[in-house]
Amino acid sequence: MDAFRALDFLDIESQLGEDERMVRDAVRTWVGERFVPIVWEHFEAGTFPMEVRPELGELGVFGPTIPEEYGGAGLNSVAYGLICQELERGDSGLRSFVSVQGSLVMYPIFAYGSEEQKREWLPQLASGEAIGCFGLTEPDFGSNPGGMLTTARRDGDDWILNGRKMWITNGTCSQVAVVWARTEDGVRGFLVREGAEGFSAPEQKHKWSLRASITSELVLEDVRVPESDRLPKAEGLKGPLGCLTQARYGIAWGALGAAMSAFDEALQYAGERIVFDKPLAGFQLAQKKFADMATEITLGQLAALRLGRLKDEGKMSPSHVSLCKRNNVQKSLEITRTCRDMLGANGISLEYQTGRHMCNLESVSTYEGTHDIHTLAIGHELTGIPAYR
Amino acid sequence: MNIVACIKRVPLTETQAKVSADGTSLDATGVEYMTSFYDEIAVEEAVRTKEKSGGEVTILTIGSAGSSKEMRECIAKGGDKGLILVDEDWMARDCRSTAKALAAKIRELGADLVFTGRLATDRDNAAVGPMLATLLDWACVTDVIEVEIGDGKGTAVRESEGGVENYEFTLPAVICCQKDLNEPRYAGLKGIMAAKKKPLDEAPLEAEASQAEVVRLELPPARPEGRIVGEGPDAVDALMDALRNEAKVL
Ligand SMILES: Cc1cc2nc3c(=O)[nH]c(=O)nc-3n(C[C@H](O)[C@H](O)[C@H](O)COP(=O)(O)OP(=O)(O)OC[C@H]3O[C@@H](n4cnc5c(N)ncnc54)[C@H](O)[C@@H]3O)c2cc1C
Repeated sequence: MDAFRALDFLDIESQLGEDERMVRDAVRTWVGERFVPIVWEHFEAGTFPMEVRPELGELGVFGPTIPEEYGGAGLNSVAYGLICQELERGDSGLRSFVSVQGSLVMYPIFAYGSEEQKREWLPQLASGEAIGCFGLTEPDFGSNPGGMLTTARRDGDDWILNGRKMWITNGTCSQVAVVWARTEDGVRGFLVREGAEGFSAPEQKHKWSLRASITSELVLEDVRVPESDRLPKAEGLKGPLGCLTQARYGIAWGALGAAMSAFDEALQYAGERIVFDKPLAGFQLAQKKFADMATEITLGQLAALRLGRLKDEGKMSPSHVSLCKRNNVQKSLEITRTCRDMLGANGISLEYQTGRHMCNLESVSTYEGTHDIHTLAIGHELTGIPAYR
Repeated sequence: MNIVACIKRVPLTETQAKVSADGTSLDATGVEYMTSFYDEIAVEEAVRTKEKSGGEVTILTIGSAGSSKEMRECIAKGGDKGLILVDEDWMARDCRSTAKALAAKIRELGADLVFTGRLATDRDNAAVGPMLATLLDWACVTDVIEVEIGDGKGTAVRESEGGVENYEFTLPAVICCQKDLNEPRYAGLKGIMAAKKKPLDEAPLEAEASQAEVVRLELPPARPEGRIVGEGPDAVDALMDALRNEAKVL
């Protein structure tokens, strides 16, 4: 296969600033040279390539929109979206690793944390010396986190946390967990440190999606957390939901990266694969698939770019994000399935990118608000009537 | 130390070259560009030299105003400033005219040390570096795979056919960088943001006309399709026969 060729049917390139293109190309080059060659073995083994962590830190992809004084790069949201697109072109596991660190750990510390918490954590999270995770989902509460059972009880100057979190990306390898728990005054966020007594994070194994990503349970048994490790400015469910808006924004771009990777692979493959004496790409059935896929990718790219510009203008709302996350992930999932089919038996081989992307996107469709939860969010916005229950 | 790294913007290595209608240039529609591979090594070595010995790195190019992205990328990797000698005729300019214009600018900049790639990957001439040194009357080492800069002098290892050559040279000098000299760093996102604030200037190119002119470009003939003469040990005789009598390579 030749080098990755990113679909840009409507010259969206020309809508990007020079620095946005430079950021994208820096990440694209790194992913192509350092990550794509190794990811499939990690996917097969069910591991994340931890050795890339310092490289990611040096590249600057952890929390790149955070101001420089806290270790970020002060990028705009479009540049951040392009980073997510390029990372997910490598693997959804890589983008998840970076999304969680930036949007779900650094963002809440930046937005809801005290000055001391920011000074302590943000620089080491930005460099990748420390890894963080975000614990919201529980065994019995995913789409409806408001029902969470994990509690935090006041005990003098400290808090005592009890409960269980499930499906937590990077839990097992984190130095800090942002844990959301119910208190007498509603939901609050806590920074639970690795090694705290009563806290453990066993890995959840046997996944067939997002295999190159660590997923964990968080077990909290009378874990003592000082008041200084509570996020002072997070009150109620707005806290975690604010983080999720950031992460979902990145996913709206990221999913396209996976789709663009699969599309490019299938297009190249179909050009070379001879069936019934001519290239697969020369058949009308194949061309219809390519035309449909190129259309959806292009529309998704335009939506993501518009979303990014709205975010940079401070005009992006959660329902804007819902529309783009929902559409782009669903379309990308369908595209990778179609590409998988076009690759024939090779489509199930890990030597090709497509099958891996297809499996990964099943998780991406579920996490950060399932497809149908976003359907309801958009429906709520349009009709004014909540239909969640 | 006042260090200059010369770079050229070239079509992406993967570009499928097409000759334009005039028959003397490449069709530029849809062509994407990059910094020539060896020039990235030159930039990296310039930055490493600065990091070790102090000083400043200027990235210098002759190119279209559109080279700014490649220039900023080089600045993001550690250059301090950039200068584009704007030349809309950059693709066609010959080595002599290019080297003369660069030499004049390098003299004006007061550089002590210049790094170039061993060749630009568009034309593969491998001429501008040595020409530059000759015009400046400076030392020059080409195909460098190791270099050490000291006080007023330096040492370099040059890759040559079947071996290596060890050099000592005096500064100022022109070092033409070969592949194994270093592994260029990635432009980090912070570097990219910082590069926005560093000076990238444009000046009109003052150059003599080219003396060598491309009169016609042709793509290499399409390679004939391969042929499988057989499989396994049974095919050896047929293969030997084909190599000896058809290809005449044995
Ligand atoms: C690989 C992976 C990594 C993850 N990482 C994290 C992490 O780092 N941190 C974290 O906190 N969580 C994480 N999650 C959890 C994820 O956010 C949840 O799985 C998700 O929110 C869905 O919750 P659930 O699995 O409990 O599904 P449920 O909420 O039980 O949903 C099951 C089905 O019911 C549908 N449904 C639910 N409610 C409604 C309704 N009102 N109307 C109609 N249909 C409905 C859903 O759309 C879905 O189809 C991760 C999940 C995966 C798979």
